[in-house]
Amino acid sequence: MTTPVLEVRNIRKTFPGVVANDAVDFTLMKGEIHCLLGENGAGKSTLMNIVFGLYQPDNGTIEVDGEEVSFENSRDAIAAGIGMVHQHFQLIPVFTVAENVILGSETTKGKLLDLDAARSIILDLGKRYGLHVDPDAKVGDLSVGEQQRVELIKALYREADILILDEPTAVLTPGEVDDFFEVVQSLVQQGKSIIFITHKLREVLAVADKITVMRSGTVVGTAEPSTSTQQSLANLMVGHDVTLQVDKTPAEPGETALVVSHLQVSDTRGLPAVAGIDLEVRAGEIFGIAGVQGNGQRELVEALAGMHKIDGGRVQMLGVDVTSMSPRQISELGVAHIPEDREKHGVVGEYPIYDNLVLNRYFKAPFVKRGVRQMGAIRAEAERLIQMFDVRTPSMDTLTSSLSGGNRQKTIIARELSQDPKLMLVAQPTRGLDVGSIQFIHEQIIALRDSGVAVLLVSAELDEIMSLSDRVGVMYQGKMVGVVEAAGATRETLGILMAGGTIDEARTDGSEHRGSSR
Amino acid sequence: MTNGAAPNGAAPNGAAPNGAASKKITRAFSLQPILVPFYALILAVLVGGVLIAIVGVNPFTAYGYLLKGMFGSPDRIAGSIARSVPFIGSALALAVAFRAGLFNIGAEGQLLLGGVSAAWVGTWAWMADMPAIIAIPIVILAGMLGGGIWGAIPGLLRAKTGAHEVITTIMLNSIGLFGVRWLVSSQKPVVLRDIESTAPRTRPIAEGARLPTFLDSSQPNLHLGLVLLVLAAIAMALLLDRTSFGFEVNTVGLNPGAAKYAGISVNKTIVLVMALSGAMAGLAAASEVSGTSGTFQPGTFAGMGFDGIAIALLARAKPIPIIFSAIMWGSMLSGAPLMQQEADVSIDVVRIIQALVLLLVAADAIVRYIFRVKVETGNEFAASSTVEAS
Repeated sequence: MTTPVLEVRNIRKTFPGVVANDAVDFTLMKGEIHCLLGENGAGKSTLMNIVFGLYQPDNGTIEVDGEEVSFENSRDAIAAGIGMVHQHFQLIPVFTVAENVILGSETTKGKLLDLDAARSIILDLGKRYGLHVDPDAKVGDLSVGEQQRVELIKALYREADILILDEPTAVLTPGEVDDFFEVVQSLVQQGKSIIFITHKLREVLAVADKITVMRSGTVVGTAEPSTSTQQSLANLMVGHDVTLQVDKTPAEPGETALVVSHLQVSDTRGLPAVAGIDLEVRAGEIFGIAGVQGNGQRELVEALAGMHKIDGGRVQMLGVDVTSMSPRQISELGVAHIPEDREKHGVVGEYPIYDNLVLNRYFKAPFVKRGVRQMGAIRAEAERLIQMFDVRTPSMDTLTSSLSGGNRQKTIIARELSQDPKLMLVAQPTRGLDVGSIQFIHEQIIALRDSGVAVLLVSAELDEIMSLSDRVGVMYQGKMVGVVEAAGATRETLGILMAGGTIDEARTDGSEHRGSSR
Repeated sequence: MTNGAAPNGAAPNGAAPNGAASKKITRAFSLQPILVPFYALILAVLVGGVLIAIVGVNPFTAYGYLLKGMFGSPDRIAGSIARSVPFIGSALALAVAFRAGLFNIGAEGQLLLGGVSAAWVGTWAWMADMPAIIAIPIVILAGMLGGGIWGAIPGLLRAKTGAHEVITTIMLNSIGLFGVRWLVSSQKPVVLRDIESTAPRTRPIAEGARLPTFLDSSQPNLHLGLVLLVLAAIAMALLLDRTSFGFEVNTVGLNPGAAKYAGISVNKTIVLVMALSGAMAGLAAASEVSGTSGTFQPGTFAGMGFDGIAIALLARAKPIPIIFSAIMWGSMLSGAPLMQQEADVSIDVVRIIQALVLLLVAADAIVRYIFRVKVETGNEFAASSTVEAS
């Protein structure tokens, strides 16, 4: 653990109008798991894209095994023994594992593909590092966890000694995360060195040998996991003291605001995504839905909001049957919706902020009179909401697409709360946001609950679900596999449910489950 | 969305990430500063000059006659403007649909249906006794209705079946062309053909339905259609920019997902916008039928719809600028015959120049490189936040 395998010195990278990396130094030792921690936009990915040859630095040097290198593209980086597993997998679903692995550096016999050779190499790698996959399986049929293994095998097949893993756990269940960490450990034991990009403090403390924290393009500090806490890392990452704990009083649930019975919804390909869900949310409570992404949560929320066709079952909101209602009719009942996909549904990026702030009411007085938009009233309302929700923007005429993610989300929340909803559908409210915005949004959701609003919260972040919800339901393959009181729920219990286990399994195994991710 | 970390995830200068071809087309329409079309015109004229020189004519002489043909006398100016009037409508047909994110390539067919409807109604027997104040609006509305229905069909197909409007409008152009040709040329049975004429055309419309002219001496006559189409452009600008309907159209065009989320009926908006687009083409055709020729002859409209696409592109699909780009476009076509006659340069040179302008506007990188025009990036604030995606 003493020789540096990668040394990055004084890296600077600018994009028009912004410095993405400035005077960045970073050293990776042999056999080390080095966590690169930072908020979105801190410059982690830019730095790693430079190391992987996807960007060229304006300034600074990179040394691999003590020799200075200069990468024109990722091919050069791969040749130098660097591999990268992207957050969004770069696999071809209709190809088999073996075909995906060799793609770009095919094993050949004469002019013909030699898949047998590839197969044996893949099985070999699998044995050595505990990465078990069937080389002949179609990638499209594999689970997300298995696909990630294929990505790792791809890098190892190219003889990578330095592996860059970009947010690798974002798509995994807690159980899969544990398995993944075991693989990572076995990789370093056999001499690989790993850079692990993440913003999850818990994981950093669980696996890192060394931690480097970045903020606004620079390295603001390094830390040892043994002497760090989640709080100390969060403060370093954000630059000031932050509250990680969400304060809330016990819920005082009132009348039932949302009743979903036997709901069935298909996804865009026509396959069942929500397969018979029952749930109830009462006024003044937060019902959280946990689950690994892609288990029907998106379709569930969109169907409830009226944006997605309902195949079967019934939905009742605030005492009204809304099963076949349009988004407008549902919204007019007093139902607000914070959509999962901010860019695709939440805002029109090309509109100035004021237009997005009235997107749910543009057709009503005082914003329109005899069909003509009343810009005075619209601007006055925008002014009020921008103040009230502290949207940071140079002006209300600024294009919404140029706001930061946090301010865009504040814009959406301001708009949705402006019509005093009785029921809120909230999907992935803090995805990709900075710590400060997350805190603000959590406080808003709690405040809504306390004022008697019924909240349905869907999130892929288990911590968020656990700290905000009063009751938690877990979705797995379109079904609600269990509903538990948040107070008694543990990560292990929910993790077993998220992987498709039953409540009983969760109760018996939960206590003795390896808790390495805790 | 997600904290995008894909290798090409960063769009450092705020430009749209590489996407489908339609993205590129969208950008050409919506993001061009007015400078680019202007410089593109200069470049195209220079290249055209070289072409003229190659065929052995002094380009200055040729361009001199072109300009003289366009604006050389009051009559010529009036003729140039008159020639340009229908282009305003055919360009609006594209521009209005474009605001809803639709490519209406069907102005060609919508013009024909509008024209034939206007002429058909104008030849109804009882129209002969009608005063102009009643007859003109009836003929104009008939044209708008004909074009509007022909535009609404691809809108409906898109809304109900998802069929892409580019394909369906092109198909409807053919159906419209051959259908209309049959209507006005069939001798057995005679449908709308003027049996006294050797050319395939409708009978002349009622005198009362003819648009009054400002100037008879120009070629073609400058008539009230100019006022109608300029008013239409202004009305479209107001509708799209000031009304809640316009807001819905823009929202559907910019982000259909957000439109649906906001409770806007995307399908209904698509059908209405396509009908409105078709009505703009229909208006142009009715104005030609009742202002210029007094009859309907399909050949008059050949290519007018496609020219409208180009004109709308130059004006960045904005209704008021369309008035000016249409006049530029029509004037060049109107001035070209004098150039051919006096300098012996084919009028096709004008077509080449027009095509070059469009080519350069579409491939704007060339113009930007030569004239050092910066890409519009919004403000610094925009640039700094987009890198967050990296």
